[in-house]
Amino acid sequence: MELEAKYPTEKLKCWGKAKDIRMKFYQDYAEAHDKGGLRWAGGAWTFDAIPAGLGDDVYPITSEPYSATIAFDKELSLECMEAAEVKGYPRDLCSYMRNYWGSIITDKFAFGYKDGEFVPRFQGAKPLGFPKPDFIWQDHICCSHAKWYQVVSDLEGGIPMFTVDNAVGPAHELTDSKIKYVVEQLKDGIKFLEKVTGRDYDDELLFKAIKNHFISTSKWAETCELNKAIPAPLDEKSIYSLYVLGTLQKAGKQVADFYEKDLLPEVQDRVERGIAAVPNERVRVMSDTQPPWSFLSIFRYLEKFGCVSIGSLYTFGLIGQWEVKKDGTWGPKTRPDVEFSSRDQALYEYVKYELHKPEWQHFYSCHLKSDMMIRIAKEWKLDGVMLHYNRGCEGLSVGIAENRLALLDAGFHVMAFEGNNADEREFDEARTKAKINAFMETLGVK
Amino acid sequence: MITMGIDLGAKNIKVVILKDNKIVGKSNVLAGFEVEKSAQQAVDKALKEAGITKDDIEKTVSTGAGEKLAPFYDETKSVVGCDSLGAVFLHAAARSVIDVGAEEGRGMRCDETGKILDFEVNEKCAAGAGAFTEAMSRALEVNLEELGALSLKATEEIPMNAQCTVFAESEVVTMVHNKVSKANMARAVHDAMASRITSMVRKIGFNKDVVLVGGVANNIGFVDSLNKDLELEVVVPKDPEFVGALGAALAAAGWKGGK
Repeated sequence: MELEAKYPTEKLKCWGKAKDIRMKFYQDYAEAHDKGGLRWAGGAWTFDAIPAGLGDDVYPITSEPYSATIAFDKELSLECMEAAEVKGYPRDLCSYMRNYWGSIITDKFAFGYKDGEFVPRFQGAKPLGFPKPDFIWQDHICCSHAKWYQVVSDLEGGIPMFTVDNAVGPAHELTDSKIKYVVEQLKDGIKFLEKVTGRDYDDELLFKAIKNHFISTSKWAETCELNKAIPAPLDEKSIYSLYVLGTLQKAGKQVADFYEKDLLPEVQDRVERGIAAVPNERVRVMSDTQPPWSFLSIFRYLEKFGCVSIGSLYTFGLIGQWEVKKDGTWGPKTRPDVEFSSRDQALYEYVKYELHKPEWQHFYSCHLKSDMMIRIAKEWKLDGVMLHYNRGCEGLSVGIAENRLALLDAGFHVMAFEGNNADEREFDEARTKAKINAFMETLGVK
Repeated sequence: MITMGIDLGAKNIKVVILKDNKIVGKSNVLAGFEVEKSAQQAVDKALKEAGITKDDIEKTVSTGAGEKLAPFYDETKSVVGCDSLGAVFLHAAARSVIDVGAEEGRGMRCDETGKILDFEVNEKCAAGAGAFTEAMSRALEVNLEELGALSLKATEEIPMNAQCTVFAESEVVTMVHNKVSKANMARAVHDAMASRITSMVRKIGFNKDVVLVGGVANNIGFVDSLNKDLELEVVVPKDPEFVGALGAALAAAGWKGGK
């Protein structure tokens, strides 16, 4: 059932640039040592402005987006999963983590291999093994995060590692002492980084990186806010390819500039001209946590019913920073209007800002997640919500049954489906599509 | 108006032909390995019973796991959507419908027109579906058709794993070694399955007019266990396995409640 187009559509002009930034990120990491630089590894939501103070030639690899890339490459992912299982790591652990460990165990770097075969993904790419990081810089709010890198260090024969405990409670209970608790750890971390790299720390580089972080996270939220428009200028599948830049290096200038100077103006222009992501948009839905990365095609499947998924709490809140505006609606968080004069002051502002990250809040209570999802469902004018019982991520899946009830009580249709973000063996595409068919009937578009 | 509904289930293919919303032909054929061939046979059989040809059919709706394998169809519709329509047509007060087929268990809430309001489907697990009773009847060495009546003779309630057919089968083996009677084991099987279905249905809520459809609704032992678990008497229409196909034929006719 293909529905007639209601709105004009066009491709994103900045699409190619987004792809280039992502590819350069992995190339820089892979080739860092060739240029005398350093490599570091950590999670997508680690305080990545901190290692930036070690120099402009220090390149990260963030674990979740890297693992999602592996998941998208089904052959390589299966190889990685099986390699991790042979080593004795059970199937019910975080699937991002197992892909990442598998990449180390098989010694295959996803940016050299595609479908298990070597394919140069950037100019000059070689059939690389997994490029070993020089140090690990991680934080710990997810139950797997610190353990993840402890195993990485073990598998690599020992890598210096520093982990920050940022599980200090939800933002609405934030206190001065909680902020300082995290700040003091970051200060210890800086000393640790100086020691293990032998480099002097440059606070000016830190200040710039924190400002980039503020820009990336608030501009990303502003972009997502534009999806309140009907028709929605962006759809969830495309959003994944854009939000990923923030998960790679939100404190990087190239990401901040892209969000502020390329993406946001273009999406604003699309809204002004009524350009739709899905030209036959009739109904609007959202999802909650990570998608099944091997099966992003389900979001395209929605489109044949005239259904646009406008994003998710995951894409909005993992990178975007939000606040309640005067009119009571959600909008981009106001960036701190301060000039940094000392390391302590900069770190304090950085931590205070970052501890509001929406995606961290529901580690403390599923009700906080329900509240945020209901808010999005109302303000983004949704008809329904798709919830992913994600076997690959316990941390973000806990409480989904509660979220479902809260969304139903708030008057929204809900479809829950089972799957796994990074282990395709646990996702049933045909059955999920059959569920979507029925869900579309409940929304009145089939 | 003459319409056809084809329900290509995981195990059986059911066809219903309606003339002015009255059933004039129906058939039920094992899907087997050559599903398309079986579907054609099912359609031919129903047409023969109705005494008409394919050209007399004004509209056909296909549903079920193999909906796209029907020999011909104008539209597809979800199984839960067809079940709801069929159930409301047969029992106007129905607002909650449970469908237990060979492969899936499903629960749904609907309005007076048969439109789905909310639904749940069991995921990748046979524990809430007909395949579960089939596996258990093999383990008990009892004909599937006899399993229901046998369980009504049970004298004890024995708790059993409701989460996995494989583990449940190993529990049956343990019970055999413990000299548990076949009747009590049959009851344990149906109780476990009913418990699984009830927990799914509770997620979406239900009212007192619950209609049970699908092939497993013919199993009186399961119906008894489900009634106990839900603490009500479910309505089992005549030929419950045809309700999905009936709903598909009603959808083809554009039926939206009323007579």
